Amino acid sequence: MPKVSLFITCLIDTLFPQAGQAVVDVLEHLGVQVSVPKGQTCCGQPAFNAGYWEQARVMARNTIDVFDGSADPIVIASGSCAAMLKHQYPALFQDDAGYGPRARALAARVCEFTEYLVDRLKVTDLGCAYRRSVVYHPSCHTLRGMGIDRQPRALLAAVRGLEIIPQEAPQTCCGFGGFFSIKMPEISGEMLANRIAAFEATGADLVVGCDISCLMHIEGGLRKKGSRMRTMHIAQLLAKGLQ
Amino acid sequence: MDTHESSLRERVTTALENKHGLVNIQVATDRFFSGRLKALEALPHADAMRDLARAIRAHTIARLDEYLLQFEQAFTALGGVVHWARDAEEVRQIVLRIAQDAGVTRIAKSKSMVTEEIALNAALEAAGLQVVETDLGEYIAQLSGDRPSHLLAPVLHLSRQDVGRIFAEKLHVPYTDDISELTAIARHNLREVFLAADMGISGCNFAVAETGTICLVTNEGNGRMVTSLPRVHVVVMGMERIVPTVKDLGVMLQLLPRSATGQKMSSYASLVTGPRRRGDPYAPQEMHVVIVDNGRSKALAGDLAEILYCIRCSACLNACPVYRTIGGHAYGGVYSGPVGSVISPVLGGLAAFPDLPHASTLCGACKDACPVHIDLPTLLLRLRRDTVQEGLSPAWTAAGMKGYAWVTRRYGRYRLITALAGALSRLARGRWLTWLPGPLGGWTRYRAFPPFAPETFQRRNRGERHE
Repeated sequence: MPKVSLFITCLIDTLFPQAGQAVVDVLEHLGVQVSVPKGQTCCGQPAFNAGYWEQARVMARNTIDVFDGSADPIVIASGSCAAMLKHQYPALFQDDAGYGPRARALAARVCEFTEYLVDRLKVTDLGCAYRRSVVYHPSCHTLRGMGIDRQPRALLAAVRGLEIIPQEAPQTCCGFGGFFSIKMPEISGEMLANRIAAFEATGADLVVGCDISCLMHIEGGLRKKGSRMRTMHIAQLLAKGLQ
Repeated sequence: MDTHESSLRERVTTALENKHGLVNIQVATDRFFSGRLKALEALPHADAMRDLARAIRAHTIARLDEYLLQFEQAFTALGGVVHWARDAEEVRQIVLRIAQDAGVTRIAKSKSMVTEEIALNAALEAAGLQVVETDLGEYIAQLSGDRPSHLLAPVLHLSRQDVGRIFAEKLHVPYTDDISELTAIARHNLREVFLAADMGISGCNFAVAETGTICLVTNEGNGRMVTSLPRVHVVVMGMERIVPTVKDLGVMLQLLPRSATGQKMSSYASLVTGPRRRGDPYAPQEMHVVIVDNGRSKALAGDLAEILYCIRCSACLNACPVYRTIGGHAYGGVYSGPVGSVISPVLGGLAAFPDLPHASTLCGACKDACPVHIDLPTLLLRLRRDTVQEGLSPAWTAAGMKGYAWVTRRYGRYRLITALAGALSRLARGRWLTWLPGPLGGWTRYRAFPPFAPETFQRRNRGERHE
């Protein structure tokens, strides 16, 4: 029986626990034993991206400590947090004799959720059915940071009844950028408006993605303007499709 | 370097109000962006070519001192004169002295970002010299007192109707927005300038160390006029423009036009190898190269040196969703887009551009587009780190980050604070918030914020599934 450790990420933990539950449900449905190591906080990405690398290291050390003592894959249902652990932790502790090797070992275990399903478990068809029309938003850190695009698309393509509608310029950033959304709200808001226009032009029911932070940003914009369109994490869509 | 009093946010607000300019920018960058993709698709081994180009740039920048000296030797042997300038003021002095020594009064310029960087025109004009930009875009910008908004296409933000109005007003010609009529007007005026100029000033796309050759990549042919008709030719060159060999130049020339405009080759690629030799029918009698440091050698030493690999193709601007949203003027410096957000603070100091490294979502589209694979997001992150280290980060950010690090340092505190947030969200009956105070109001002006869960995932799963 395959075993994984789940890094839940602070946004899913505190704002969208239902998405976390869906990740567990899908993995357990596929016979995976899921453990959630105790004491997780934030990966440190917001501090890192804002230039506060010392503070980012504090959070990174906590994460490294929490996941020590196992060789199981660390599944992360958020491309940008996965990229943080995989690419930035080794860079943050490059010259650290203690945490450096541990950061590199941790990075080697990181596996984004859809990557784990498709590339490790070799599953694309979960036997799901879900009658909705969706547009897939390939979040930048999932797409470019982790190189993941084919995996979520394959999973969605296998869902019965699901209509996937392509949007214009699909690889365009939604304007979230973490700290950027608060530091540069005018640019971020304009980029979001442009992206929402592209989503709404498809007439789809839902925007689906692999990164809860971008989805939070997009849904926040949709709600603010009174749109009926909603967002959904891919794990939630798959979990609903299993029911 | 051209820094402005206004803050980035003020400039962004102004840019976003100019819907007309933004539409022009989106149309043009779309065309460049899709042109680049098509041109690279058609190039066999494009990826290997980009890897090779990066290797050439990395090698050259690592041995820049050697190659610059080799270039100086080769160029001097051809009868040219090399000048070394530490900063903008020295460049201005050198060019002015060359002009005065040669009794120059009229100068024709071809497009050059480095002369914008050092504000050369203003200094020459202040000394009583007539300076005319001959690149069509730069000519329009000069006529209208505008600044370039794009590395390659200086007046990308203007439509042909805008240009028609500028020509009618400044050149006293009947209004037209017909492109061939507009270019005919410019050509007619500029021909006089080329023929009358005593001195031509050009930039330099590449300088070949082994041969002392200057390479100019242009589409209008004005570069060739500027470098061949006047009796004096001055090249102003950023010190990183070197390529070691003609063969290396060949690699760069395959990538630069494709990455810039989607052309297989620009209309002109001029190779200028020294001043007039015996038997040459016409060529400048004097040729000077001014090698400009202006902050570059300082960058060589740190972990931002990779920005010196840049070949100024502007592919990162065209790919950048931020540039496409706000245009080039909002960046406040001469250089805009992702490369500008790095090069402006690297050359002009972070204190002058503290917000520029934050003008990016780190989406990585620039890194994808860069023909020499410059890791622009990583360079932006390093500049943000430097901003914090140099104490240039605003107090609210510092306080916020401190508090957030305190909460997330240990799970106990995190659990307490998130439980509190969950309880508060229950008061809001689990609705998405449409108003938040202070700096967080920047979020809710454009987006609602989700409620905190009454029970976090980790609390809900305590007792099961943990190790």
